[in-house]
Amino acid sequence: MLERYLTAASSYAHSIDHLFILIAVLVGFWLLVAEAVLFWLIFKYRAQEGRPSRHITGDEKELHRWITIPHMLVILCDIAIIIPAIIVWYNIKQAMPPAEQTVRVYAQQWAWSFQSPGPDGVFDTADDVRTVGELHVTVNTTYHFELMSRDVVHSFAVPAFRLKQDALPGRTIIGWFRPNRVGTYDIQCTQMCGLGHALMAGRVIVETPQDHAAWLLHGANPTMAETRTPSVSPDASSTRSGGLRASLEAFNVKADPTPVAEVRR
Amino acid sequence: MSSQAEHAGSVHVEPGFFKKYCWSTDHKMIAMQYLFTGMAMAVIGGFLAYVFRMQLGFPNHNVPGFGIVTPGRYNAVVTMHGSIMIFWVAMPVLVAAFGNFLIPLMIGCDDMAFPRINRLSFQIFLLSSIVILGSFLVKGGAFGGAWTAYPPLSASGAYNLTPAGAVLWLLAVALEFVAFLLGGINFTVTVMNSRAPGMKMFDIPIVIWMIVLASLVFMASVGPLIAGAVMLLFDQTLSTGFYDPARGGDPLLWQHLFWFFGHPEVYVVLLPAMGIVAEILAVFSRKKLFGYKSMLYSTWAVGILSFVVWAHHQFVAGIDPRMANVFSVTTLLISIPVAEMVFLYIATLYGGSIRLDTPMLWALGFLAEFLIGGVTGIFLGASGTDIYLHDTYFLIAHFHYTFVPIAIISVFAAIYFWYPKMFGRMLNETLGKIHFWGTVIPFNVIFIPLFITGLAGDQRRVYSYAQFAEQSKPALQHLRTTSTIALLVMLSFQLFFIVNFFWSMRHGKLAGKNPWRSTTLEWTVPSPPPHGNFAELPTVYRGPYEYGLPGRDDDYWPQDAPH
Repeated sequence: MLERYLTAASSYAHSIDHLFILIAVLVGFWLLVAEAVLFWLIFKYRAQEGRPSRHITGDEKELHRWITIPHMLVILCDIAIIIPAIIVWYNIKQAMPPAEQTVRVYAQQWAWSFQSPGPDGVFDTADDVRTVGELHVTVNTTYHFELMSRDVVHSFAVPAFRLKQDALPGRTIIGWFRPNRVGTYDIQCTQMCGLGHALMAGRVIVETPQDHAAWLLHGANPTMAETRTPSVSPDASSTRSGGLRASLEAFNVKADPTPVAEVRR
Repeated sequence: MSSQAEHAGSVHVEPGFFKKYCWSTDHKMIAMQYLFTGMAMAVIGGFLAYVFRMQLGFPNHNVPGFGIVTPGRYNAVVTMHGSIMIFWVAMPVLVAAFGNFLIPLMIGCDDMAFPRINRLSFQIFLLSSIVILGSFLVKGGAFGGAWTAYPPLSASGAYNLTPAGAVLWLLAVALEFVAFLLGGINFTVTVMNSRAPGMKMFDIPIVIWMIVLASLVFMASVGPLIAGAVMLLFDQTLSTGFYDPARGGDPLLWQHLFWFFGHPEVYVVLLPAMGIVAEILAVFSRKKLFGYKSMLYSTWAVGILSFVVWAHHQFVAGIDPRMANVFSVTTLLISIPVAEMVFLYIATLYGGSIRLDTPMLWALGFLAEFLIGGVTGIFLGASGTDIYLHDTYFLIAHFHYTFVPIAIISVFAAIYFWYPKMFGRMLNETLGKIHFWGTVIPFNVIFIPLFITGLAGDQRRVYSYAQFAEQSKPALQHLRTTSTIALLVMLSFQLFFIVNFFWSMRHGKLAGKNPWRSTTLEWTVPSPPPHGNFAELPTVYRGPYEYGLPGRDDDYWPQDAPH
């Protein structure tokens, strides 16, 4: 059902979508029944000459069961919802499948930047791959992300992955995703983070292993990097970036943060 | 000035204009002060909604009456819309205005237990309103960090770029809490001590119970937030580091303190609204409330459970993921007593003799719409789906399907119902019905499209979706535009209410004591009630909902009638 509105592109997207449908069916049933009974009673007991209202306290057993029985059924429905909800939550947020790749995600006012360990698999070495605004990942690979914020609370959301996690300054939050469909998807910031909140867009680009390898080579081309260098270098953002803020303000926040990839060797 | 007030004493002399309208200790006048201030704030809150919906419906166009909505202004406008509608409309109107007006009249006493504290409560509230409105005028403009004010964004002017606005916002909210603490103490003490002779606990009209419970929930939950607000104020102005991780603070602390208050707050405004609806359902279906005691126990259960659900606002905020399971369970648990209450309301109609006068239309409208708000909350309370739906327009639509019935529909129900008692004249029924349909139909057209844009991934608090390819589909923009146009229709229909409200004050049909043939005590005094309310304090002989008793001439039996 959700896929009618937005592609599902991660391994757990469908479990959230199915949970949504389950809840929709159960609560939809209750909504329809309650509204139907409400309107039926309004019609049935409309004021009519010669038919006074009845004196009912609601404590009569044979009447009160009309409350008690639905009440029990509501509890059953709650249980039928809560168990799958917790299972879905557990699988996405608590159980961490082993990582095949790890990526660091930095949130700051108002940009996303990413750091991959590069071929040696170790962070903070010379071959790290750093990008701003664009996260390149390989399809069908389990990624762990280490989410950090450099200033305020942000939220790392990839709707197509059904992924959402707030980034908090001062701590590193670890989560995971496994993209399973090639394509380009939006990254949103979904937590109010100030003036440029609406401009804090990013892209996650899910590629085949071949394309990903080609991108690494292609992006590593120094001339490419030269021509596509963003106004703010990712290094400058290792502390809170005054530069980006300043430039956005100078442009009256009309600055177009077209995602720019930059690869450093 | 205060020395003059000291003279407000036992001998009743007609006071001057200032003393009567601005310095009164009469609960009815204070209720009117709260009501009119709340309605004025609602106009401002509605205007702000108009501004940001115009930007979302017709991006980057000049908004008539406002101008271009820049990102900074957009943030300020949505922040102020949320803050004003909750703290300066829902709270003062539902709790303070109707609490003040109804409690002494419905329990049969002459005034609140502490009339001067009552006056002080309104004065502090007025001050808080002035502060929040004044924050629009300071350098940098009004605070734009969302009504939840998460630090470090709210704690530092360098982050939010509205240093003065952020401080004023916090001061205004803190002042507002002080006002309602004073009010809450007053309400609880009055109901517990000043009831008419004979009025036992289970003879108290349900709306009064619900206002008292709301006050208790408010008073018990607001303390941590006031402490949190003081710490945030220190972070803003004295450079302390309570919420600054670089100096050992923790931004999550604020979120816990805020939502520990913030979720009970939902029930603080829900309960009086449900109480109002219960009174009206009983009167217009000529029925005893179905299961008074069950309703009361359910209300208590809601009030208590509301303290253990707060972290469902923080599932993805970086709390320990195991906590989400606990709060998901408690959140679904609270659906049980709320469902019970709604069932009892619907059952009250059974066997009735239902007249669809305007107050009843609004009350039934509340039930029909609140059901949608209630069931859509399950999607967000279930932690699994909340991962996707959190902070999307699905949440916005859910939230408004609860808060519009609470703060708008039930308030209109109450105004149409008690207006004759407040002003001695009836509101015009035809204008009232036009107003009802012109509000309720567009309301659905505003928010049903937003459920869909939320499912499609529209995130909230964003002035433009231009940067997001998935959100830039024309179909989504059509939905946003539809929503905006519906809002314009809904706002324009409020003119019928404003005209009706002020025209009927002078020209409406005279109401008499008891136009709705109701049983509760407020209908035994003249409309409007005189100073001191009751010429002779009443004695209560029975519960508040004795309708349709066989073997009596009238189909209602007032609480104070000996036989």
